[in-house]
Amino acid sequence: MSAKIAKHLGRVFLILMLLFFYLPIIYTVVFSFNSSKSLSHFEGFSLQWYDRMIKSHDMLSSVFYTVSIAVCATIISTIVGTITAIGLSKSRKILRTVVKQLDDLPIMNPDIVTAIGLLMFFSAIAVKKGFMTVLLAHVMFCVPYVILSIMPKLRSLDPNLLDAALDLGCTPMQAIVRVIVPQISTGIISGALISFTMSFDDFVISYFVTGNGVNNISIMVYTMAKRINPSINALSTLIIILITAVLILVNIIPVIGDRMMKRRKK
Amino acid sequence: MKRFSVLVYPYLIWALVMIAVPMLMILLYAFTKDGNGVRDFIFTLDNFSKFFSDPVFLEVLKRSLYIAVVTTVICVILGYPAAYLIAKAKPRASATLVLAITLPTWINMLVRTYAWRSILQSNGIINHILSMFGIGPVKMLETSFAVILGMVYNFIPFMILQIYNSLAKMDESYLTAAADLGANKVQAFLKVTLPLSVPGIVSGITLVFLPAVSSFFIPKLLGGGQYVLIGNVIENQFLTAGNWNFGSAISLIMAIIIIISMQVTRYIDNRINPEGGN
Repeated sequence: MSAKIAKHLGRVFLILMLLFFYLPIIYTVVFSFNSSKSLSHFEGFSLQWYDRMIKSHDMLSSVFYTVSIAVCATIISTIVGTITAIGLSKSRKILRTVVKQLDDLPIMNPDIVTAIGLLMFFSAIAVKKGFMTVLLAHVMFCVPYVILSIMPKLRSLDPNLLDAALDLGCTPMQAIVRVIVPQISTGIISGALISFTMSFDDFVISYFVTGNGVNNISIMVYTMAKRINPSINALSTLIIILITAVLILVNIIPVIGDRMMKRRKK
Repeated sequence: MKRFSVLVYPYLIWALVMIAVPMLMILLYAFTKDGNGVRDFIFTLDNFSKFFSDPVFLEVLKRSLYIAVVTTVICVILGYPAAYLIAKAKPRASATLVLAITLPTWINMLVRTYAWRSILQSNGIINHILSMFGIGPVKMLETSFAVILGMVYNFIPFMILQIYNSLAKMDESYLTAAADLGANKVQAFLKVTLPLSVPGIVSGITLVFLPAVSSFFIPKLLGGGQYVLIGNVIENQFLTAGNWNFGSAISLIMAIIIIISMQVTRYIDNRINPEGGN
């Protein structure tokens, strides 16, 4: 009897937790369709905030900057991270330790510490703050995560694989591209995904190193927060739908893929 | 095979320039006088004494630590049972629950925190429900409550996932063994499950305390302009007041506090779990 009560209590607790997690998200979605400016009373369905969002230059440019920086940072850090990780797997321990220690700094430090360091660095070398500085900063904090997600895959590779490829006449370049990279592709993909989401969601570091009107979505929300602006809800709703769709796809595709493989085997 | 290590050098140079140099600049600025030129640094401890001799800054430091500790404690208290229930659920259900908890964290933190502003305001949904019971309106926005709630909301998923991972790895046969040896369920939990999940709690604490102590947008969005934590002071020194030397010193103080608290948690972990392996 008491076990049954405990089970129900547990279920209620989990439901309350999920409600806590999703309340702000539901709130955002619902009020993005509100016909009035109020954020407390729903007065009727309307798409006016979506209309305003499309017409708002600030919002569109923030979406443009967020996406283009995330795409560029992901491509650069994935390539750099992959090359470095492959090099590290074949290099001396001392080099591995030095790179690991350096990579640990942005991972372990609070974002704000990394951010002010970069701010002072960019000012010292007198680079114009804007797209370039944000991109450089994003590449800086993404590469360590790419390396982290590839290294375990490299460690589990047969160390003779590269020798075999070279003995069979591959150039070092071919050996890497045709033999190593396909073997570590899952690590590369997860590194790229981590980079993309980290860059897409970053606020603190971008906020400190940006300038000249280059604002991403986070910076825009932060600077607009003083005034009520339901267009933010409209934009957030679109992002929520997009991310949910991507996450569901990422989680469903492997399942469907498995089923198809099984069917083919039959 | 060593020739492949050539591939590391470009990144090594990049990391020295982009990671090490900015960190060294923080150290340099923290220990030098305000307004120095490029070549004539005047070393000083003034930035630190300015911080520790001003009751306003000490108050901010105290408040930041208080908020971060309360947030971390709440995250453990609420996160542990949640992680436990998820780990004990059927495999299918626990996979779905893990996804359900991860999903919101993929949505922009600021967007989610911004939504709490509307929920907590005096004519928001919570006060609406309270008024049905004849309570209210309760002022929630721009209080410590709102700031702690925002931090718990943003950081508790990390705690749950860390504890869940350590519980999911646990060998169920330990519990069978404990039952065979005469332990009841409570004893088995206290003597077996809880100690084995301590590494998860410790890494969860790290993942919650660190962002909680340094956060500046949660206090700004939910605490209002008057609510100042140490992150806000650093932001101000860099982006408004323009005193980089003082700002660097404060962030150094914050970094040292974080390192000390990490060491303390690790020490406690080692005392509880001497053969924990971590």
